[in-house]
Amino acid sequence: MTIEGGVLAPPAGAALGDGTSLKVRLRRADRMRKVAAFGLVAPLLLFVIVSFALPIAGMLWRSVEDTELPTAMPRTLSALADWDGRDLPSDAVYRAAAADLAEAKINGTASAAARRLNYDVNGFRTLIMGAARKAPAADTADMREAFLSLDPRWGERQTWAAIKRARGPLTDFYLLAAVDLQHDATGTIVRSPEERAIYLDVLGRTFRISLTVTLLCLLMAFPVAYLMATRPAKTANLVMILVLLPFWTSLLVRTAAWVVVLQNEGLVNHLLIWLGIIDAPIRLIYNSIGVHVAMTHVLLPFMILPLYSTMKAIKPHYMRAAVSLGAPPPVAFLRVYLPQCLPGIAAGCLLVFILAIGYYITPALVGGAGDQMLSYFIAFYTTDSVNWGMASALGAVLLATTFVLYGVYSRLVGGGAIKMG
Amino acid sequence: MSVPQAPSTLSQKFGAGLTWSSSVVVLFFLLAPILAIIPLSFSSGNFLTYPLPGFSLRWYEELLTSEKWLPALRNSMIVGISATILATILGTLAAMGLNRARFPFKPLVMALLLSPMIVPVVITAIGVYFFFAPLGLANSFAGLIIAHTVLGAPFVVITVSATLAHFDIGMARAAASLGAAPLTGFFRVVLPLIMPGVASGALFAFATSFDEVVVALMIAGPEQRTLPREMFSGIRESINPTITAVATVLILTSVVLLVCLEFLRRRNERLTKGA
Repeated sequence: MTIEGGVLAPPAGAALGDGTSLKVRLRRADRMRKVAAFGLVAPLLLFVIVSFALPIAGMLWRSVEDTELPTAMPRTLSALADWDGRDLPSDAVYRAAAADLAEAKINGTASAAARRLNYDVNGFRTLIMGAARKAPAADTADMREAFLSLDPRWGERQTWAAIKRARGPLTDFYLLAAVDLQHDATGTIVRSPEERAIYLDVLGRTFRISLTVTLLCLLMAFPVAYLMATRPAKTANLVMILVLLPFWTSLLVRTAAWVVVLQNEGLVNHLLIWLGIIDAPIRLIYNSIGVHVAMTHVLLPFMILPLYSTMKAIKPHYMRAAVSLGAPPPVAFLRVYLPQCLPGIAAGCLLVFILAIGYYITPALVGGAGDQMLSYFIAFYTTDSVNWGMASALGAVLLATTFVLYGVYSRLVGGGAIKMG
Repeated sequence: MSVPQAPSTLSQKFGAGLTWSSSVVVLFFLLAPILAIIPLSFSSGNFLTYPLPGFSLRWYEELLTSEKWLPALRNSMIVGISATILATILGTLAAMGLNRARFPFKPLVMALLLSPMIVPVVITAIGVYFFFAPLGLANSFAGLIIAHTVLGAPFVVITVSATLAHFDIGMARAAASLGAAPLTGFFRVVLPLIMPGVASGALFAFATSFDEVVVALMIAGPEQRTLPREMFSGIRESINPTITAVATVLILTSVVLLVCLEFLRRRNERLTKGA
């Protein structure tokens, strides 16, 4: 933007009538233009920051913040601060816990703390709530004994280690749990126990479904894009409209359509029975078949459009040259045409994959319990079982994956945004 | 545009045949389920199966008299139109600013403005949910409208930017040199010329809001249940023929939207070619 050294710049110091050099005035005008341009962008920028970027930053923050225990059991945590974890904590810790729990019961903070600890160790909810209900009086002589008589687990080091781990203000608990890891009583990172280690499985399933859907889309999009790119404009336009109509149809309409078509009494089952391929209806929906079919249907246009725009730019001369030089058409296609399609194939695949890993609605409606993807669990932890830390950690994993893939995508496509229609 | 040659050899003929037949299969896959749902909405029976027992408009009657679908449609319109107006104004201004000059951190600003398109909606939805709940914006129209504006604005930025890329800045300069105040110049000269881009951005923004269900699932209370939200629970709980009637209406809506968009695209092409 600077015009220094450009032909327009007058000799340094050349003064004009009002005493300012042209250079200064030009620079001022340029600055004004920048300010004006930024001023036009500012309202949307501010809007997006306040109602999009900050909420997402807040979500990421929730995945590492740990406030329940510091709120409910502050004295216990400070008494535990110099506990080495080798023996049972001192009587002072038990006394602090008794005071904290009695107070937390009254304040209503005990249940949040109990829930938080229960995420870490199963059964902690009853342990904490039991102790909060019957917290030993402050003048109890042997506080440790009093706790042990409430529940023998108060005499285990792991119990106190779990409490100390949740001391906040920050925790890696949720993020580790999102990849099936956790701290054991000594603080080393280990695999989560079998019954909790479900998220790598979910992540793997999300990737597997997305990959399969991407490949199905590629397989189906290729001939349509090729047809559009190689036929006269009239045919191409007609096909384009046929592709865009489903693209513009509501996602829920398309999902409902698949429910109707694939159900036991649906058209596909009728057709298969009529053709004699099957005798009785087979289950095509509320399982992984339904998820793959419906998601491929929804995402197919996102593959066709980038493929088409790449193929349209390929000059037919290359193919003709290859054929005229003696290559059989299939060879010419594989060796000359296909390599030129690769940017479009890569862009389309990445786009479909990025969109697929974030899918929620379609699997939720046409999948079974075992076909739910990452987004389902994020929504589940947000609204059904209110574990916002876990929802946020899974969200962070999904967001990071999306950004990495999008980074690759924008390198490939050249920073351009996703193009639609 | 490539000029097709008459397939000369056998393998070329085979290739062309393969392309055609597989394309027809794929297009059938794309369109058939959508088309299959339409006749069911005119069925006189209670079940979503073929053959239809008879013709009736009872499901449309149900649609028009139910206490569920009409309020849902009204809510969708309130949210969709408000979010579209906001997204169109903010997005058009931003696109003009982005087009006008370079300023520090412009690529970053651009990336941030477009990021709602890339971030999975479920993440936007829970972020907004956590953020709005303490502010009392959950279970309110305001919250839903704000979230939908964020989701729709990137489309406006993109379509208007694309139009501005072909816009002759000399037009605006001519208006200014002839004495038009900046605002007059904008409304009388610039806006009419970039209108196709603005309008198609607005259509995208409206379609985004009108079809959005994840955010609506999280932050819409019983008073703000939108059409997609009702459809979601309808499909999940008990899919009945009323849904096919709603679906038919929505398919018709998308045909209208598509025709509008195509019209705008052609108009824009004519305008930019004329410039």
